[in-house]
Amino acid sequence: MEFIAVDNFIKMIGNRRFMAALRNTIVYTAITVPLTLIVALGLAIILNQKMRGKNFFRTVSFFPYVASLVAVAAVWNMLFSPSKSGPVNMILYTLGCPPEDLPLWAAGREWVMFTIILFSVWKNMGYYMVIYLAGLQGVNSQLYEACALDGANSWQRFLYITIPQLQPTTFFVTIMLTINCFKVFDIVYMLAGGSNGVVNTSAIVLVSHIYEEAFTNWKLGYASAVAMVLFLLVLLVTIIQFRGEKKYAND
Amino acid sequence: MKVQSKAEKLRRAALYAGLMIMAFFMLIPFAWMVSASLKLNQDIFVFPIQWIPRPAHWENYIRIWQKIPLLTFILNTGKITLIVTGFQLITSSFAAYAFAKMNFKSRDKLFLAYIATIAVPWQVYMVPQYIFMRNMHLNDTHLAIIILQAFSAFGVFLMRQFYMGIPDSLCEAARVDGMTEYGIWAKLMLPLSKPALSTLTIFTFVATWNDFLGPMIYLRTESKKTLQLGLRMFISQYGAEYGLIMAASVIALIPVLIVFLSLQKYFVEGVAMSGVKG
Repeated sequence: MEFIAVDNFIKMIGNRRFMAALRNTIVYTAITVPLTLIVALGLAIILNQKMRGKNFFRTVSFFPYVASLVAVAAVWNMLFSPSKSGPVNMILYTLGCPPEDLPLWAAGREWVMFTIILFSVWKNMGYYMVIYLAGLQGVNSQLYEACALDGANSWQRFLYITIPQLQPTTFFVTIMLTINCFKVFDIVYMLAGGSNGVVNTSAIVLVSHIYEEAFTNWKLGYASAVAMVLFLLVLLVTIIQFRGEKKYAND
Repeated sequence: MKVQSKAEKLRRAALYAGLMIMAFFMLIPFAWMVSASLKLNQDIFVFPIQWIPRPAHWENYIRIWQKIPLLTFILNTGKITLIVTGFQLITSSFAAYAFAKMNFKSRDKLFLAYIATIAVPWQVYMVPQYIFMRNMHLNDTHLAIIILQAFSAFGVFLMRQFYMGIPDSLCEAARVDGMTEYGIWAKLMLPLSKPALSTLTIFTFVATWNDFLGPMIYLRTESKKTLQLGLRMFISQYGAEYGLIMAASVIALIPVLIVFLSLQKYFVEGVAMSGVKG
């Protein structure tokens, strides 16, 4: 056996698909994490109020998370069909979008990442919303009352009580979301993989690259080297987040 | 005072309107899926969308069983899901009992090391794991998938969190009465931890039923494939059979929908529990 780790890493840098996968994974994570976090937090705050039908809305926003990805991705591909007759494009057309400007969604180079991120936020936000709901239950309601007595409006209460009190929850959600974004595969495979499952460079992510190299080209060594890059990336981001959390807690 | 209540009413109305729009966007793909599953291919993209198809083409739900071996896929998935869920309930509660209620050397360090593996994505080590399984001649078998998922650090974490809430004095008393550790686990802990077991059941059921990458790597023979793989195979072979694809998708969603709606409470509690630092 020969030790060829360095060779594999050199091969990686020269591989157009690897570089695209690295870039796409980082872009996907950098946009999906804050977007999901904001939507989940907003929904949790709304659903934490006393209101009728609360459980219905919770169930509804949670259902996409448990639904089979293959099935819901199939619907999305039809709803966001790139042709003029796709339901979403039809609506855009009716609203006045000229036919030649209609987005190609998962079939277009400029639109595919946007479609994947939109789908990902839609599918997963319910999960993080439930975590935030649990975090909100732990916020002491006396803090709000004291703050209201001091004459703070609801925006100030949100800024100075809700956000700091939820810091541990936000930390947990950010870590989970980041790890889950780095390991994305199925969503990309379903939305952007052609009938043979090959994803082109506009949407390929690290795990797609690991999969194709390992189980289509059977280059198991090279694929493992790419997996190490994924691992280091996850490790690095997690360490940075832990550092940030410590600094914040000390302030 | 009256002005304020009017403002409050307006705020409420805005809130509900916002929530209705949210619910609309969450549900619309599912509604469209059901509607399209009852249509002929040429009627699916008719605009404006005809939500209730007339006539409803129920035969899509019969034809799909003839087009692909759907029954085989469902049986395979059902088999794997039930076995994996059963295994996980036993192994997780067993290990969690040791980590929560028994004293042994460097117990907490061991637990921490085990829990840390949750942070390492499976995708990082799936390739070496595959080589390992192939060397044991387990590739292309259901056994490989079952072994992979029979043990879960997350399950142990979840169960241990719950066991920590059960007073130690209860176990002490049972030990004084001469019960063995196995006896305490089986007769005392298991019945007490029904809520946590329900949570783990729904998590594992949904994850295994919907799993895609694992079965795709290991199961190559068509007769061994799971429902998700079969559905994907059908989509890539008959991409234009929209009605049938939607009918198969509805069928794939039904078991999860049933489990989710009946055990929903535990799902929400479980997510909440995993979010609280332990």
